[in-house]
Amino acid sequence: MTAMANDLTQGAYYSIEMPAPDDFAFWREQARRLVQCGVPPDKVAWVEPGGSGDLFSQSQLGGGGANLPDPPQNASQPRASKRFLQLAGNAALHSDPDRFALLYRLLWRLQSQPRTLDDKTDADVRKLLDLDKAVRRDSHKMHAFVRFRLIEDDMPREAAVQDEVEHYVAWFEPDHHILRANAGFFMRRFANMKWSILTPRGTLHWDGETMHEGPPAERSDAPEGDPVEDLWRSYYANIFNPARLKVGAMMSEMPKKYWKNLPEASLIPELIAGAQSRESTMVAAGALEFEERPQTLPAIDQAIHGCAKCPIGQLENRAVMGEGPDQAENFSGLMIVGEQPGDQEDLGGRPFIGPAGQLLDVHLQKAGIDRATAYVTNAVKHFKYVQRGKRRIHQSPGAKEIDTCRWWLEAEREVVKPKLVLAMGASAARSMLGRTVSITRARGEAVTLDDGSELWITAHPSYLLRLDGDARMKQAALFDADLAAVAERLRELANA
Amino acid sequence: MAQQTILQKLEILADAAKYDASCASSGTAKKNSLGSSKGIGSTEGMGICHAYAPDGRCISLLKLLLTNHCIFDCHYCVNRKSSNTPRARFTPQEVVDLTLNFYRRNYIEGLFLSSGIIKTSNHTMEQMVEVARILREEHDFRGYIHLKTIPEADPQLVHQAGLYADRVSINVELPTDSGLTRLAPDKDARQIEGAMKGVKSSIVEATDARKRFKHAPRFAPAGQSTQMIVGADAATDADIVGKASRLYDGYSLRRVYYSAFSPIPDASAVLPLKRPPLIREHRLYQSDWLMRFYGYKAGEVMQATGADGNLPLDIDPKLAWALKFRGEFPLDVNRAPKDRLLRVPGLGVKAVNQILVARRYKTLRLEDVGKLTVSIAKVRPFICTPDWRPTQLTDRADLRALLAPKEEQLELFAA
Ligand code: SF4
Repeated sequence: MTAMANDLTQGAYYSIEMPAPDDFAFWREQARRLVQCGVPPDKVAWVEPGGSGDLFSQSQLGGGGANLPDPPQNASQPRASKRFLQLAGNAALHSDPDRFALLYRLLWRLQSQPRTLDDKTDADVRKLLDLDKAVRRDSHKMHAFVRFRLIEDDMPREAAVQDEVEHYVAWFEPDHHILRANAGFFMRRFANMKWSILTPRGTLHWDGETMHEGPPAERSDAPEGDPVEDLWRSYYANIFNPARLKVGAMMSEMPKKYWKNLPEASLIPELIAGAQSRESTMVAAGALEFEERPQTLPAIDQAIHGCAKCPIGQLENRAVMGEGPDQAENFSGLMIVGEQPGDQEDLGGRPFIGPAGQLLDVHLQKAGIDRATAYVTNAVKHFKYVQRGKRRIHQSPGAKEIDTCRWWLEAEREVVKPKLVLAMGASAARSMLGRTVSITRARGEAVTLDDGSELWITAHPSYLLRLDGDARMKQAALFDADLAAVAERLRELANA
Repeated sequence: MAQQTILQKLEILADAAKYDASCASSGTAKKNSLGSSKGIGSTEGMGICHAYAPDGRCISLLKLLLTNHCIFDCHYCVNRKSSNTPRARFTPQEVVDLTLNFYRRNYIEGLFLSSGIIKTSNHTMEQMVEVARILREEHDFRGYIHLKTIPEADPQLVHQAGLYADRVSINVELPTDSGLTRLAPDKDARQIEGAMKGVKSSIVEATDARKRFKHAPRFAPAGQSTQMIVGADAATDADIVGKASRLYDGYSLRRVYYSAFSPIPDASAVLPLKRPPLIREHRLYQSDWLMRFYGYKAGEVMQATGADGNLPLDIDPKLAWALKFRGEFPLDVNRAPKDRLLRVPGLGVKAVNQILVARRYKTLRLEDVGKLTVSIAKVRPFICTPDWRPTQLTDRADLRALLAPKEEQLELFAA
């Protein structure tokens, strides 16, 4: 290096005026010549366009530096790794006024210490990496946060252009001189659109074929509003899940300084403020608080009397609790689930005491099942009906009502711990399985439940009540067969 | 019912999409619209987050449901048949218009479309494919498209979806078959995995074909992904990690997303009492990283779980593993091979690489390691350097308490 520093250049100061703040090619060319002429970093000042130059070149050279001499004929090319050029090219876009000096200092050092970049503890290297990182982040934010607005184009146009071309205009405030470097990204993405990006550092205009650069713009040069922004804001507000509020994570990626140019950002404060209430509405809308489930039968009994989680509970009726053997040793392990209490059960406050219950008793007896050893309950705890004059006409519960009331049936199951559940009718089957099944197809075969117990499905005895003649005989026989199979299975389980 | 406006539909159908965790738009083939006569859009490898929602999640794609009508009745799903949620339905053209309008304004990287099942699975899938077809063929759209396919649909339709989309996903929904039977009674685990298998072989075929013919059609260049709901059933973290690893291996998935079960309006009583803490989801993502970037086997991550089969919530899975296998430590920073160094809590992939480079020139001391890590305190008990030997520390019974973050910090994440 020092060999190159001939007498001509020794001691002279140079002031290099940059034609543009982001003209890395120019810097590279000048830096190459300076190295070849052996001009050390402390003898060079790099002046940005419009910049006032630097103090020492002004004071010592009286404005303007010495003309750069031609490098010696035999001067070799300065050495710089690809990695350095890559980092330097990017760091040159930073708004730090000292960036070109830093780059030259590093280039100079690289000539005698080619491994300089590997030393991450070196102050110059660290600075270079910081500048590079800041510029990359700024570029990334530009790709992300430029928001185009559509304007009716009224710019003067050459002849024979279609009378209405959509023109998209964006206002963006980059921290660094990244505008030109990122033109390619927007060209590749919005190739067939006519667009402009206005910034305080300069402007870009693309007409679908060529790129024009323009002078710096002001906020007021950019259009206000675009009807599509209402749709976008609505999207933004709705895609956010209030149950997962994480404001810190959002702020670190989308700092406040960008908010003023993001149409959706105006919503943020109210979204955050409303999140808690939105979440509780989400939960409450299903009228299901995430409460603790009662752990004993009396507690469940009490709780269902206060339950109005579904519309059935809001009718004139009272909840009917399941019932079964009060002593564990009398329990056969069988739980029988019906649909819902009927008129008489509602009045009597006990399950299966009306006509269907009486019919069930007959069939149970026939199968050799002692009802007193079974826990008998319903999928839905309240009586659903419509009032016709003085009579209350039974109505089947809906899928949603069954699913809601399942909460209580599961509580009962947790306490009673049956080995075998006999679900009678479609409602009971749905309550156990969570889906609607066809009784005809599901009957006569056990389904293993989560806790290892068995589910058997059969018709509801009230179904038999609605039939007569041959049909009734046939269905009664099927019902008996199902009950017999259950009785058999219960004996097996008892002996197992 | 009065005709809904686009705005009203958007409100309903974006709201219905907010439970989906995946949104990324990365990893697809590079493409751009320069030089085409009418095309729009580009993908440059890395996806861009155009906005962030207050839930901290990135908004990169227009995430929508084509409709939230559904003939299925999955309990964890707000769109299930028996739910009272307001319903809406877009036409394919409406979704296309929204996508293009948003794309031209640089709000999004593309579209992520899923749907409730209307009429039949095939009908629904046809409509979704139609959205992608209009975008690609009529508008020469070169942005990102992610289609969530309906596993019950005809494999031919799923295949077509992959020809238009950058990524296809098929949600496994729940980590165990029993959970699926219980909470998604209309779905069938075998069918879901069958559809994944179909997508995998289409991807493999298309990649092979492209090696031989430059113009062979691309098929889902960003691969396939899936999502599991965490905390809606009793599945443990060990179950979940095991499932994820089988899926990664079996169907070459690009990503498995975890979505902590959120309370949904109109919830079914079958759902659990509480929503799981979001930190559980975070721990699962960390364990996913361990498998994808740190060389842990699924079985090893499972070893980090506690007696209940779940990963600890107070410390990350890597630290949990290290505390269980203290015998593996301390490692000599200047000699240990890369795959061992990657096991040191507090050393990330980048730090390990830097250590490997640095030790070529010099012998690292504790201070040097400190410069490469965020917190040397976390690393110290597990390494040794010429000037540092932590023998007493690793044996300390209260090591976990020493290293676990303080309570207040935890509260930030706690649900
Ligand atoms: S029927 Fe069941 S869910 Fe409905 S109010 Fe009664 S107890 Fe509650």
